[in-house]
Amino acid sequence: MLAFTIRRVFQSFVVLLVVGLVAFSMFRFVGDPIDNMLGQERTGADIERLRSNLGLDQPFPIQYLRFLEGAVQGNFGVSYRQGRPVADIIAERLPATLELAAVSAVLAIVFGLILGVFTAIRKDGWAANTIMTLSLVGVSLPTFLIGILLIYLFAVELNVLPSFGRGDVVDLGWWRTGFLTESGLKALILPSITLGLYQMTLIMRLVRSEMLEVLRQDYIRFARARGLREKSVLFRHALKNTLVPVITVTGLQLGSIIAFAIITETVFQWPGVGLLFINAIQFVDIPVMAAYLMLISVMFVGINLIVDMLYFVIDPRLRGDNTKATA
Amino acid sequence: MESQLSRAWQSDFMWSFRRSPTAVVSFFVVLVLVLGAVFAPLVAPHNPFDPSSLNLMNGFSKPMQPNAFTGDAFWLGTDDQGRDVFSTILYGMRISLFVGFCAVLFAMVLGVTLGLIAGYSGGTVGTVIMRIADVQLTFPAILVAMLIFGIAKGFTPVHLRDQMAIWVLIFAIGLSDWVQFARVVRGATLVERKKDYVQAASLNGRKAVGIMLRHILPNVLGPVLVIATISLALAIIAEATLSFLGVGAPPTQPSLGTLIRIGQGFLFSGEWWILFFPAVTLLVLALSVNLLGDWLRDVLNPRLR
Amino acid sequence: MAEAVLSIRELVVEIPTRHAVLRPVDRVSFDIAPGEILGVVGESGAGKSMTGNAVIGLLDRPAHIASGEILLNGTRIDNLTKDRLRRVRGKQIGMVFQDPLTSLNPLLPIGEQIAETILEHLPVSRAEAESRAVAALEEVGIPAAAARIGSYPHEFSGGMRQRVVIALALCAEPALVIADEPTTALDVSVQAQIIALLKQLCRERGTAVMLVTHDMGVIAEAVDRVAVMYAGRLAEIGAVRDVLTRPAHPYTTGLMASTPLASKGLKRLNQIPGAMPPLSRLPEGCAFHPRCPQAAERCRKEPGPTLAAGGGRAACWFAREPVA
Repeated sequence: MLAFTIRRVFQSFVVLLVVGLVAFSMFRFVGDPIDNMLGQERTGADIERLRSNLGLDQPFPIQYLRFLEGAVQGNFGVSYRQGRPVADIIAERLPATLELAAVSAVLAIVFGLILGVFTAIRKDGWAANTIMTLSLVGVSLPTFLIGILLIYLFAVELNVLPSFGRGDVVDLGWWRTGFLTESGLKALILPSITLGLYQMTLIMRLVRSEMLEVLRQDYIRFARARGLREKSVLFRHALKNTLVPVITVTGLQLGSIIAFAIITETVFQWPGVGLLFINAIQFVDIPVMAAYLMLISVMFVGINLIVDMLYFVIDPRLRGDNTKATA
Repeated sequence: MESQLSRAWQSDFMWSFRRSPTAVVSFFVVLVLVLGAVFAPLVAPHNPFDPSSLNLMNGFSKPMQPNAFTGDAFWLGTDDQGRDVFSTILYGMRISLFVGFCAVLFAMVLGVTLGLIAGYSGGTVGTVIMRIADVQLTFPAILVAMLIFGIAKGFTPVHLRDQMAIWVLIFAIGLSDWVQFARVVRGATLVERKKDYVQAASLNGRKAVGIMLRHILPNVLGPVLVIATISLALAIIAEATLSFLGVGAPPTQPSLGTLIRIGQGFLFSGEWWILFFPAVTLLVLALSVNLLGDWLRDVLNPRLR
Repeated sequence: MAEAVLSIRELVVEIPTRHAVLRPVDRVSFDIAPGEILGVVGESGAGKSMTGNAVIGLLDRPAHIASGEILLNGTRIDNLTKDRLRRVRGKQIGMVFQDPLTSLNPLLPIGEQIAETILEHLPVSRAEAESRAVAALEEVGIPAAAARIGSYPHEFSGGMRQRVVIALALCAEPALVIADEPTTALDVSVQAQIIALLKQLCRERGTAVMLVTHDMGVIAEAVDRVAVMYAGRLAEIGAVRDVLTRPAHPYTTGLMASTPLASKGLKRLNQIPGAMPPLSRLPEGCAFHPRCPQAAERCRKEPGPTLAAGGGRAACWFAREPVA
């Protein structure tokens, strides 16, 4: 277990270093940072001063190390477009994205699990069949169209929910939350459904197929032969075994939620880091792009690491020392 | 012998095609849409990008109803500038399909080449290629495409950005999608490399690579075709998403995604058709290609996935 | 004979398919007396396991009991509601499956799996159930049972896992155990141990056993009576000594001739020509006639006689000891 953990942590670091190199290369080679930071009126002295300030006169590996050093301390330089430190801009917008992603993830997991289990148990029922057919359409529907559809229904036609923004927010220290006001919660509904629906469909289909697979296993038959209650067979024996493979994919899905938040945030003008990233691409604001890349990589790598660790908690076959006979 | 075999395969193929209503319907829907896009200049009643054919007075015409000022009627209505929505959809689909096809072609060539190299050379080169593939797979393709688009845009001189946007888009989507191709081809290459004829050929001092290509490529044709079709659907959606987000096709060359982006602005003022028809077109196009891909997968390679 | 623990009367299991209705079990009748071990033999597909599954009510859809009766201690159990039947399973009928590697839930400790079964069927406290679980494991010969109660299935060898499965089958003190090929998946070296263990435990408790197997060695070793099945029908039934030494049905004769038995010494093994037909293509008349050396005109037209429980030995028109 320990050896495995160390190896996985090490691998994660390698991935982060590679992503860091990509981010740094963007910063260094895409366009000329000096051009981007100084306006039209500049003197040779300005250029030289900035060049040495930014460390651009140093050899490449040194520059990379200095970039990493800055990145670890959360220093990603100054946004070309806003002229403010990138770290500040991201810190200010991150809570919005995290709140949206968290609510969507909870929606996706809870409903994905419930519907997946339901459609597996009632395999041939009409309700299960209807849900499965609907989910096919759900998978083919691009996220932004779902968002637009929801806006049209609930904001334009019914006029019951807001179509953009976060509503009223409350500052808790540096964290600006929308959870504490009615309008903040209302504003969350449509974006989180938009973001969660696709992931929910995937989780549901996965849970269903895994559960059906598990229900065919001998130990489920044996559990029935032992006279256990159907509830215990389904939820104590089958569900737990279903969860083992489901956890990986779900973990990766959570990563995608943060990435797909870019689309949802654009549709709903949600002031999070995704919208920031899209604007950065439109204006080629390299420091913001680089910082976003690093941020999202850390999240992805972290989620992957947690997923791997969760395996140990749920599956005893991986736990303990591997010296015991498995024959 | 060879041609007889291929004829038998084809007739089998056609037989299962005729027996699947989903496949037939999707195929004809895709065919009609592609033909409409290719021959847009002939089919479209107006050229939406020729200012001389536009009349601002025709703006916001409702579908199938004569315009209040000019009396002109448009099937699917017009947008704010009086452009015929039906025509903009045809031209937009042209861009969408062009980007989709080119991106998949690019991804296919890149993936097949890298897959062959990874499978044939094995060793460090192969490992490095497949590790890159693994890392890239960790991130959603759409995010990778956005990032590549952003970087490539940074490299493009400012005055060329709008003109180059389409090509940058193709590059970004293609580069985000090569991994599947590489994996399949690498697997097939690994199997083939161990076979006697390759060993014999290299013992004879002949170029094994050439011989392998001739044997491997027919073997992977089926899976590659399946992946290409499913990738096409994904590429069309990816293009639409990027353009919708404003980081894809420029307003001067609007794709379906751009049209939906524009149409979203009129959602609240009641001009639903400017948004609705491009959205439905995108949905039908993506769904048909998807269904066609699913069917191809079942027919050509039931074991894939 | 005391009243039978299990009585099967004219049991028919049917599987409707698109083309025809298959009968994997066709008018099978037999009794198992308290404490008796009945061996059920036959080739795969002969209907042995299907009969066992029908008894515990675990037929996989679309297979179902079409007619006939199953009585446990004189009470019908084939027409019970789902929940009543569930209470019979485990409590009155224990089950041992073929593959101990897949019979146990990999994610639950074995002690937990035994305790949950006990709690389900017996009115005891959690602590009592756990101490009984330890006792059950000790009984089946798991060394240091108390210490291994929290171990997971993958931490045991195949033979040990089958011991755990036997403990599970017996933990609620059932009157009948159905063991479906309990040794097939095990190493040859542990097969005999497992059979001996099963036999010993059931003898001690007076538990009756229906032992499904295709291993004639196991039959000779462990059972009191044998039932031979062929193509869904009971071909022959009788005391193990009689059936092994003086088989009455030509199929049993063939089966004996093709099995190496230590008691018979070294003899040339004979194979029965041909193979058992699939259920979808059963021949008319007696299902065995195409392979039978004694087949006569009658066998091609009429199915063999049906054996009634307690009746004659062999379902054959020309049996050495024909139907009484």
